[in-house]
Parts: sequence; structure tokens; C-alpha cells
Amino acid sequence: MRAFQILIDGFAISALYALGATGFTLIFGVSGVLNLSHGAIMVAAAVAAWAAASVLNVGTYAGALIGVGVALLAAFATYFAVVKPIQDSRRIPNEEKEIFVLTGTLLWGIMIQELIAYFFTNNAKTVLPIVEGVVEILGVRTPKNEIFTAIVCCLVIALLWLLVNRTRTGKAVLAASMNPRGVTLLGLELTNIYIVVWAIYGILAGVAGVLLGMFLGVSSYSVGPLTASAFSIVVLGGLGSVSGSLIAAFVVGYLETLTAYLVSPAYRTIPALLLLVFVMYIRPQGLLGRR
Amino acid sequence: MAGFFTSRLFFVSLALVIIAATLPLYVSGYVLGLLTVAFYFGVFAMAWDLLFGFAGEVNFGPTFLIGVGAYTAGILNAQFGWSVYLCIVLGALASVIAGLVLALPALRVRGPYFGLTTLVAVLMLQNFIVVFADLTGGEIGLTIPDVITISAGANYWIALGFMTISAAILYGLSQSPVGLVLQASGQDPVQAGALGFNIVKHKLAAFIVSAFFSGLSGALLVFYFGTASVGTVVDVAVGVNVIVSAVLGGRRTVLGAALGAIFLIVAGEFLRPTGELATFIVSAVALLVVLFFPGGFLGAALSREARS
Repeated sequence: MRAFQILIDGFAISALYALGATGFTLIFGVSGVLNLSHGAIMVAAAVAAWAAASVLNVGTYAGALIGVGVALLAAFATYFAVVKPIQDSRRIPNEEKEIFVLTGTLLWGIMIQELIAYFFTNNAKTVLPIVEGVVEILGVRTPKNEIFTAIVCCLVIALLWLLVNRTRTGKAVLAASMNPRGVTLLGLELTNIYIVVWAIYGILAGVAGVLLGMFLGVSSYSVGPLTASAFSIVVLGGLGSVSGSLIAAFVVGYLETLTAYLVSPAYRTIPALLLLVFVMYIRPQGLLGRR
Repeated sequence: MAGFFTSRLFFVSLALVIIAATLPLYVSGYVLGLLTVAFYFGVFAMAWDLLFGFAGEVNFGPTFLIGVGAYTAGILNAQFGWSVYLCIVLGALASVIAGLVLALPALRVRGPYFGLTTLVAVLMLQNFIVVFADLTGGEIGLTIPDVITISAGANYWIALGFMTISAAILYGLSQSPVGLVLQASGQDPVQAGALGFNIVKHKLAAFIVSAFFSGLSGALLVFYFGTASVGTVVDVAVGVNVIVSAVLGGRRTVLGAALGAIFLIVAGEFLRPTGELATFIVSAVALLVVLFFPGGFLGAALSREARS
């Protein structure tokens, strides 16, 4: 009974983590950018969906779409206003661009967070779920919304896989992550590929944010923990490795659920952090990462 | 080094310190309190800059070192009643040990991986403090019975003196041959190693120095506040402020980091009437500086001087 409950809850949370972390790792894999405004973009999507559905009364579907749209806009804004200027800057030495991108996106994330807090207060917001009610699975009363979350996450990840492996654009993205210079030599514009990647990222972060808002609820305080959890999942899986992140998301998701059910919800994040430190010492490049 | 004592930077710094030292004679206790905190923050930022600007190690968890120093001093004083000065020294020592532990992965992994390890260290410390609430006061914070002094002026002078001495030592170190080797090993470890310098030893030394000043400053801050809490010395947001200060003031300048920290804290206070938008405005200004003046305040000023 309890085992099934852990299995089911853990799956939904893990799927959500996986979706959130996939976009993050994709951007790193392709353009070497660690986007520390990740959590802020997810929260922006959830709050936009909440505001559209609960304040403007546009309905849950339209609200969810607006949420994803806002995340897409926020992702483009991050790229064009923060990341691209730093990457193109001649005054910043190349070896220091990484720390500048980190600092820049971090500040940008704080700006988004503060704007959300200013206009929508710090209160936790729960987006109206698209599907309501509960069902019994294996004797566990499960909200339909939880099943919906898991299914959407898996679907979106499958779509991403198809996009990357089966379409021309996707193959260009994959190539850029392997060898950016080679891609430019083949006559592809690297900037266009980056724009595509940021668009994919925006949609992934938006869907993840909206689902999170329906499943657990968000507030502007969730920004930091969300970025940190995506960051640790991605590092555990290996920076830039999408399949590594997926595995890591499930490891972290189940570890957290197990701890929360069997030990105490207060210690929820500790085993995952310990595992992370352990992996960093034994295998610094993560589970499936390349050096 | 000798050139420094005749440079314009030296005279400007000297003048600033002298002006700052006379402040308690004519400004209110409120301003002094604000600046006292800003000076301790300045030391955090300078210690961070030594690691990042010179050793090339991106430490996302400056608050791990600060927090260990602050909490060690606080716990020894609050739970065991040891004297303030002993607690401060032991806090700094605990921080040095923490710095050594933190340095171990740094010698194995580089770049973002090391950055993450330091971030995880902060999260672990934060969890540790919450889990062992009996000892540490948990989320509410630890109340500390003793203070160094209750006079606002004396506290201010202690902070100013501490910052000035730290700045002199850290700046001197950064300009010394050791600092140059550090800078070389940060920029190209392979070549620096090929020239015969022991990179591991130098980086370890940088960690110890950075940890010592972070911990000492953290311990002093705790005895100024009279309380140690996650929100003031450990939270990731505090670490972010330290990093932003250093980048804002100008990385690889040491002294700029202190300027950045003072600016950040004073600006935050000036913007208090704007309410919740204060943090937004400070972040936006910091972002603009990062984008358009990547050298920071001092970097921009120094390069102008070099050109003219």
C-alpha cells in the first residue's frame, strides 16, 4: 500500500523534475550556458497561468497556454537581453564568460522573482488543474491531476526526443552540441540554432512550470530551490547529457519521496545532496557526462 | 610593491579610510550601523575575490565559509559560554578547516562542477543547521549572549579597522609573487605547472586565506548582530550578494570588492522607500554594470587612469 503510494507519487514528481531539468541541460549542452534564471522562468509561467485562469477567467486550457507563452517570452528575453550581449562582448575575456553568464542570469532571475513578488505578492499560488477528481490505482487514492502531470511530462519528453533525433532542425541542434565550429563550416548559422534551442527551452520550462503550479503550487520563494534542484539533477546526470538528466531526475525524485514518507518530510532534500556530493568526489563528470 | 605607496590608488584609499574613520563624530548611529555591516560584507567580498579573481575558482558558496565561522563562534559562546575573543579565533580556525575540506574537490574538478560542489556545501550546512536545531537554534536563529561592545561608534571603528587591515593583507598578497603565481595558475594551470610552480599548494593557500578572512568576518558579524541565523550568514541569497559585490566592484582588484559591497548595502538602504522594488532595482543596476562595464567600478576607473 505504502510502497505503491511512494511508487506513484515518486513517479509524478520525478517526471516533473525530469521535464524541468531537460531544458536546462539542453541549453548547457548546446551553448555552454548555465541559466540560473531557470527557476524564475518556471515560476513566471506558473504565475501567469494562475493569473490568467483565476483573475482574468480565461479558462484552464487558455491559462496554461498563456503560461507557456510567458515562459517562451521570458526565455527569449533571457537570451537576447542577458546571454547574447555577454557572449558577444569584446570587453569580457573568453575564459570569464562563464562566470559572467552565471552572474548575469542570476541577477536576471532575481529581477523576475522580485517583479512577480511585487505584482502578485509572495503568497503561494495553485493553478487550477486541467483535470480534477481522484481515482484509485492499486489501492492508492491518486488525484487525476497527478496522473495527468506524469503523462504530459512523458509526452513532452518523447516529443523532444523525436524533434532532436528525427527532424532536420533537431539534428542541427544535436550537431551544434557536438561541435559548434563544424556546424558553422557546414553553412548553418549558429545564432539560429541557439534561438531554436532557447525556444525549446522556453516551452519545456513553461510546461514544467505550469504543471508544477497545478501539482504543488508555486510562490516567488520557489525560484531558488527550483534552480538549485534543476542544477543538481543536471550535474548528477552529467552536464549536457539529456538521458543522464532523465535518470538523475528519477533517482532524485524517488530518493526525496522515500525520505519524505519513511523518515520525515523535513529531511527530504538531504539524501539527494549527500548522493550528489558522493558522485562529485567519485565521478565528477556525473553519471553520463563527458569530460 | 614599493610603487603602490606612491600610486594614486594608495592615496585615494588612505584618504577614504581617514574620512571614514572620522564619520562617528558627525553621523547618526543608524548610518554607522549600516556601514558596520557593509564593512564586514566588504571583507566577505574581498576574500571571495581572492579565490575567483586570482585562483580562478568560482566559489558559489562563500556563505559556507562565512557560516561555519559565524556559527562556530556563536555556538561556542551561546552553548558553552566561552569568551568572545576565543570564540572569534576558533570560528576563524573552523572556517579554515572548512576551507580545506572545500578545497579538496576543487583540486579534482574544475569550472561549473566545482561551483556546484560549493553550492551543495551551502545547502548541506543549511540543512545541518535546521536538523540540529537544539545546538544551532534552527530556523529561528541562535541568540548570542555576549557582544564585543554596545557602542555604535566603537563597533564601527572595529569593523573599519578590520576591513582596512584585511584589505591591506589581501591586496598585498594579490600583488605579491604568490598572487602572480595564483593568477597564472587560475588562467592556465598547465602552463603555470610547466613553469615549475606548485599549483596545488598555491590554490590550497588561497583557500586557507580566503576561508580565514571569511570566517573571522563572519564571527565578528555574529557578535555585532548578537544573533546568528541562516538568513543573515548562510542563505544562498547572502552568497549571491557577496558575489555580486565582487563583480560589481571589479573582479581581480580586491579593493573594488569592498567598494561593491558598501555600494550594494547602502544602495539597498536608500531604496527602502521603494518597498519591494528595492531588490529589483539593485539587481537591475548590477546587471547593467555586468553587461556594460564588465570591469566593475574600480576596473573602469583604473583602466581610465591607465589610458590617460
